Amino acid sequence: MKANITITLKPGLLDAQGKTIKSALESLGFKGVREVRVGKYLEIELNHARAASAKHEVERMCKKLLANPVVEQYRIEIAQGSRL
Amino acid sequence: MKFGVVIFPGSNCDQDCVYALREVLGQPVVTLWHEETTLKGCGAIVLPGGFSYGDYLRTGAIARFSPIMRPVARFARDGGFVIGICNGFQILLEAGLLPGAMLRNTGLRFICKFVTVRVERTETPFTNRFQPGQVVRLPIAHNEGRYTADAKTLRDVRDQVIFRYCDENGQLIDSANPNGSTDYIAGITNRAGNVLGMMPHPERAAEPALGSSDGRLIFESTLEAMAASGAH
Repeated sequence: MKANITITLKPGLLDAQGKTIKSALESLGFKGVREVRVGKYLEIELNHARAASAKHEVERMCKKLLANPVVEQYRIEIAQGSRL
Repeated sequence: MKFGVVIFPGSNCDQDCVYALREVLGQPVVTLWHEETTLKGCGAIVLPGGFSYGDYLRTGAIARFSPIMRPVARFARDGGFVIGICNGFQILLEAGLLPGAMLRNTGLRFICKFVTVRVERTETPFTNRFQPGQVVRLPIAHNEGRYTADAKTLRDVRDQVIFRYCDENGQLIDSANPNGSTDYIAGITNRAGNVLGMMPHPERAAEPALGSSDGRLIFESTLEAMAASGAH
């Protein structure tokens, strides 16, 4: 079982990288960009057999280490049966 | 007054701190490897700057789980004096020993230069040798120094801010805020006042040959507070 975790800055916090990428896109002629947010993406392969327990475990990982709740939010997707 | 300087894998300002405390202040210093589990009877602990664990994941995020951080947290909660400098500040934030978090500098650059900061409070264990509102010169060297916190924490932390980035005249203006830090915050204490986190490096400005000796006053203030509290 594999967990795909996306971590981004909370809305409202200035994402300096995102802002710079947005102006780079605009200078390349991409007109329709409203906002760019940059984040981290983690793939974690787990030994769990059940998706629910895998998700629970990854949730705990996010709270304890992977994300900083002061400034970050996270999204977890559990992909069943896939290998890294 | 024995100081303990913690060394994490990737710390790189530990020997500068040892030098400032031992050679400039003339105090006994021990180094504490991150895997150790006691503070060896130190009266104050310094978490130095550097790139603990390569800044992987987030600055300070992994170091804060090092074995040494358990006794450091206990020591801090019992009122012991703890100073986190730069990466040490980031570790204290991740450990929850100080409120808030650090984000990447707004300019997206690693900044290494002297800045001026204003001493906002002098009735603390770390600033009792300064004058209120004194403007001091200290160097910064960081990529993630934009202090931030939610609105409620920022209100709560207002009285705990002890250093703010300012211009040479002590004015808080955006051009003097090197990293985009919220409310110009360069250093804070915890509510109890015994834990300090600051982005500027006092150990790099502890004697005239280094271009400023303003940083020395922070260590001397701590020494005075240790003597007053009966620490050893």
